[in-house]
Amino acid sequence: MDEVTVVNGAKQYIVVKLDNEQYGIDISFIDNIVRLQQITRVPKAQYFFEGVINLRGEIIPVMSLRNKFDLDAKDNTNSTRIIIIKPENNAKIGVLVDEVREVVTLEEDSIEKVDYDEQGMNLMGVGKYNDTLISLLNIQGIIQELDD
Amino acid sequence: MDLSQYLEIFIDETKEHLQTLNDQVLILEAEPDNIDTVNEIFRAAHSLKGMAGTMGFKRMQRLTHDMENVFSEVRNGKMSVTPDLVDVVFKCLDAVEEYLDCIMNSSDEGENDNEDVIAALNACLEADSSSVADVEDEAPVVVKEESVSEGDKRKFLDIPIADFEKNAISEAKAKDMNVYGVTVYIDENCMLKAARAFLVFKGLEDVGEIIKCIPVVQDIEDEKFDFDFSMIVISAKPMDAVKKVIANVSEIKEVIIEEYEVPSDVEVVSSVQVQKEADTVKKEDTKKKAATPAKTSSKPVANRSVRVDIEKLDVLMNLVSELIIAKNGLVSVSNTQEENRTSVQSFNEQIEYLERVTTNLHESVMKVRMVPIESVVNRFPRMIRDLSKKLGKEMELIMTGEETELDRTVIDEIGDPLMHMLRNSADHGLESTIDRLKLGKPQVGTIWLNAYQDGNNVTIEVEDDGKGIDVEKVKASAIAKGHITEEQAEMMSEKEAVELLFRPAFSTAEKISDVSGRGVGLDVVKNKIEGLGGDVEVTTKLGEGTKFIIRLPLTLAIIQALMVEVRHEKYAIPLNSIVTIEDIMVDEIKFVQQKEVINLRGNVIPLVRLDEMLDCPPREEEPENLVVVIVKKGDKQTGLVIDTLLGQQEIVIKPLGKYINIHKMISGATILGDGEVALIIDSNSLV
Repeated sequence: MDEVTVVNGAKQYIVVKLDNEQYGIDISFIDNIVRLQQITRVPKAQYFFEGVINLRGEIIPVMSLRNKFDLDAKDNTNSTRIIIIKPENNAKIGVLVDEVREVVTLEEDSIEKVDYDEQGMNLMGVGKYNDTLISLLNIQGIIQELDD
Repeated sequence: MDLSQYLEIFIDETKEHLQTLNDQVLILEAEPDNIDTVNEIFRAAHSLKGMAGTMGFKRMQRLTHDMENVFSEVRNGKMSVTPDLVDVVFKCLDAVEEYLDCIMNSSDEGENDNEDVIAALNACLEADSSSVADVEDEAPVVVKEESVSEGDKRKFLDIPIADFEKNAISEAKAKDMNVYGVTVYIDENCMLKAARAFLVFKGLEDVGEIIKCIPVVQDIEDEKFDFDFSMIVISAKPMDAVKKVIANVSEIKEVIIEEYEVPSDVEVVSSVQVQKEADTVKKEDTKKKAATPAKTSSKPVANRSVRVDIEKLDVLMNLVSELIIAKNGLVSVSNTQEENRTSVQSFNEQIEYLERVTTNLHESVMKVRMVPIESVVNRFPRMIRDLSKKLGKEMELIMTGEETELDRTVIDEIGDPLMHMLRNSADHGLESTIDRLKLGKPQVGTIWLNAYQDGNNVTIEVEDDGKGIDVEKVKASAIAKGHITEEQAEMMSEKEAVELLFRPAFSTAEKISDVSGRGVGLDVVKNKIEGLGGDVEVTTKLGEGTKFIIRLPLTLAIIQALMVEVRHEKYAIPLNSIVTIEDIMVDEIKFVQQKEVINLRGNVIPLVRLDEMLDCPPREEEPENLVVVIVKKGDKQTGLVIDTLLGQQEIVIKPLGKYINIHKMISGATILGDGEVALIIDSNSLV
């Protein structure tokens, strides 16, 4: 990871899919990617939280990006994954996505900052990779929103 | 050698000595002539000074040194104990505590010289004592001159001398150096023997060279010696100077020093060999110096340790052995299973055995975490004394059940809330002395702090014999502050009105004092205690007094719980809050103020439908029978309606993670045997 960041501030992103849109998550935040497992619903939590899972004895809250971005609900499939993100040292959060595609390396100049952010603090830019566009998630922003 | 390894002991010891001093000075205040107490104080002050000196905390040493001087005068009958003196001593103790706090946070005593406290101490000395003690006098440790039977104490005479050492000695003598035999006796109460010895070595290295030491240096550093050690020292300095260097180290009981004469049969070996040996000694010296550079340790030193009774550890060890045996039993059963079909029974037996062992293991691990509540409450008498002076009210604190044990995590958190409640009782609860006399009450107000274990809970009661809570005044104040409307106030029972005290920003004290009444108060106490899984209750009688009852769980990590199912979701209800489980016919449900209640053997109990509380989908068909779990909080009861009972289970409480918002009716989660997560219902929030 370090050797990549050295080159022109390029970063690696994991590309995930929600419906037909692609989102990128900065790989340095990612702790783990696990298959879908039983999620225990937590009543009265924020609407975008699906519940909690047991990840090797640790209980981790799982949020659904679909709900967060107000997309239509869709049944989980065989390719549904939970991405475990570690935004801070001792706190983890799971993010439910439709599919995990690949890992891409994006140079800084192939990322376009978005100054319009309809969804609040969710995005930090759009990356161009080959012919596709990848919306880059602002993990810090999303977490901060939760903290508030 | 590095002193930082002793810092932890130093902190612990200092805390203990400070506590002793606080306790004893309190006693002294009540009984100024108690010579035992004076002696005790003197001893504690002396040890404090010695320890501070050893660790190089000069300011702390100076302060405690002056304090010791004062008590030395008192002990010698040259000074009497006055209230002023007690006040100054308490200030002094506070100052030492400040140093200690500093040391715990930064390994450094800080910059505060506390000149005013020292000046006040010395003023006491000068005012009261006829012979002014010379404060600047050094050599704080009393070194007894050897007078009686010196012979057997000169252990250095027994040091076996090798040839090369003989050579070194004679060479030194040839160079007009002095050779001394030294035996150092360390005080038997000394906790840091090795540190003392180290300081002796360090001091001697400045004035000369140690050529031989018994026991060897390594053993001394590892504390592998009794209370004395002997050396042969070569020095150019006179004997007195060398002796003084050693005697200046604290907690040295006695120093025996004499000119050392080599046993007569000296055989001069080639000086080359001597040179070689001397070289190696030097090399070792430098090596040692290089290996232990003074660590610049700025990290906080105070770690969260628990002192554990060795017996508790023995029990644990035994249980772990048993666990291993049980595991082996299981292994052997599973091995024989293929051949013998009937071994299912023995397999079950082994499982049961394993279960028994793990339960016991859990219990004893819990016990290891238990700390007597004493460690929190023992600072309260001092606090009440200060409050009494500050508020001008006469009061006493009676504590019982200090030996009651609580989980370490609870102990750490409970101090502040308790302190707050005591202040509250002292400030708001007790009347002023004049008012008490007018009312015909005993002049001295009393506050009781009573702790005891009650099943799986520990109850702490803070009670005073003061004026009690004026419910009407509370209501009026609540209305004035907009917490409730007048109609609501009308409807309120006395108990509900008292509960108002726990609302944020609620204080009935008309004037704000720095003791209490700043509006941050009981709500913080309540939150803290509820955060620990406990609850607070108040009973009060106008004119007679108030009693706060705090209930806390014995432990936080592992509990017994009833597993229930609500719409195929599993939930755990802590067993200690459950009274009974009832089967209720739907048509038994009555309505009071549009709320569902049941009449259970004469008690009217409100019902809470857990499925609605938990946002579960409604049932397709209302069944005829409802399963109701009756839970209690204090003497209030509530029935929780669930779908099915699954059974009792021991569960490990886990937090739900940082980012998810949790309703207060969910106190955590647990992982079931099949890996599924079940939420834990905090029934206290539903009652």
